[in-house]
Amino acid sequence: MKLNLKIWRQKNREDKGKMVDYSIDHVSPDMSFLEMLDVLNEQLINKGDDPIAFDHDCREGICGMCSLFINGRAHGPNYGVTTCQLHMRSFKDGDTIFIEPWRAQAFPVIKDLAVDRSAFDRVIQAGGYVSANTGGAQDANCLPVPKENADKAFAAATCIGCGACVATCKNGSAMLFVSAKVSQLALLPQGKAEAQQRVLNMVAQMDAEGFGNCSNTGACEIECPKGISLENIARMNREFMKASILSEK
Amino acid sequence: MSNSALLKSSLVKKYWMSATGLFLCLFLAGHLAGNLQLLISPENGARDAFNMYGKFMTTNIFVKVLSIVTYISILFHAIDGIILTIQNRRARPVRYVKETPSASSSWASRNMALLGTVMLVFIVLHMLAFWKRMHFGPIETYIAANGEELKDLYSITVLSFKDADNGLIVCMIYLVAMIAIAFHLMHGFQSAFQSVGIRHPKYTPLIKKVGYGFALLVPLLFAIIPFYIRFML
Repeated sequence: MKLNLKIWRQKNREDKGKMVDYSIDHVSPDMSFLEMLDVLNEQLINKGDDPIAFDHDCREGICGMCSLFINGRAHGPNYGVTTCQLHMRSFKDGDTIFIEPWRAQAFPVIKDLAVDRSAFDRVIQAGGYVSANTGGAQDANCLPVPKENADKAFAAATCIGCGACVATCKNGSAMLFVSAKVSQLALLPQGKAEAQQRVLNMVAQMDAEGFGNCSNTGACEIECPKGISLENIARMNREFMKASILSEK
Repeated sequence: MSNSALLKSSLVKKYWMSATGLFLCLFLAGHLAGNLQLLISPENGARDAFNMYGKFMTTNIFVKVLSIVTYISILFHAIDGIILTIQNRRARPVRYVKETPSASSSWASRNMALLGTVMLVFIVLHMLAFWKRMHFGPIETYIAANGEELKDLYSITVLSFKDADNGLIVCMIYLVAMIAIAFHLMHGFQSAFQSVGIRHPKYTPLIKKVGYGFALLVPLLFAIIPFYIRFML
């Protein structure tokens, strides 16, 4: 396969950046998208050019490091996969592919396609945890958890924090991510104790980071590689309303 | 923390959008019920019926209170919407070179601000044409069949759509505004429930169906009125 690539190049945070055209030949349809970029980078290095910076780690679709807005879609044209699990057989010989970084005020570009997603870390630090004193594990039967709640909490916890929701949302909103992290704890007895303060603090941090508001377009749910449901956003809306009214702090 | 959250938080702004939006849906239904009297034929006393309804709507104390809540809701919904839109634009200062938003969301859901602006312009024109004349004149009065003196809003309404020079343009403005309302409601109705956390596997599909029905039926019935008056009366 021969492909024309239009890739965002930006030297550093301050640089304005621009789209640069590349052409790559002999691309195997069995390569992953990131492997295709690896090949391109090797060619650039051999020519003495600066290779393209992009985030990646496990390349198994579970770490949440890879990103890329490919042809106007987060993680490319397929549903339910991250960019590392996107293969070149999803494209045709001669295709032109636009590759851009996540775009959001809260996700500044570090270099080329790599963005700073530490805003997500700060949202988690604001309350996305259970502060329980650890001791000997108690009998599991002391904490009954309905199967439905366990399943919903697990589904919310599959969020890998890649930021596709923010990248896709026309408002650069982080509601799907934050709601998944609020939900996975709000649904379980261990998380109930700190539920009020958690949702208030995490939403406040989300707003402070400069993420946009939710227009309920539903785009985040569709582009999320883990299929996190909008149900979580509704739950966060409920939890926040309850906490805003009832919290004594 | 919770006090400032109740004023400033992104979620609370959405609660207000939801509450005012749903109240305005009720207003639309009430307004439509009143306006459908314009479809009564003149031989059956449409003029008296509509003008008596107009008198009730401008003098009844309960209606007056409701109308003030409606004005506040419209203003609040618009101002809150503008604030949300500005914040949302700021959240993505650098746009994508290539975007394919239709792959993951509906056109209406992405253009609520545009549709809302069309509606706001329409509301101003609409109130200048009828509301202002009903409240502040100039408007003629006449003695109805039951001996009551009534402001003749009915004739103003009929004339504005039947006017030889501008009537068709006025009808078209109404049509465009009703199309905007239809798309706005198609997303807005069900979205209002999601924003306040009302989502349930049993009820959400029903809310969506009712929302689509409301979004199609109410603007359609509103839109029929000017064309009925222009071409059938």
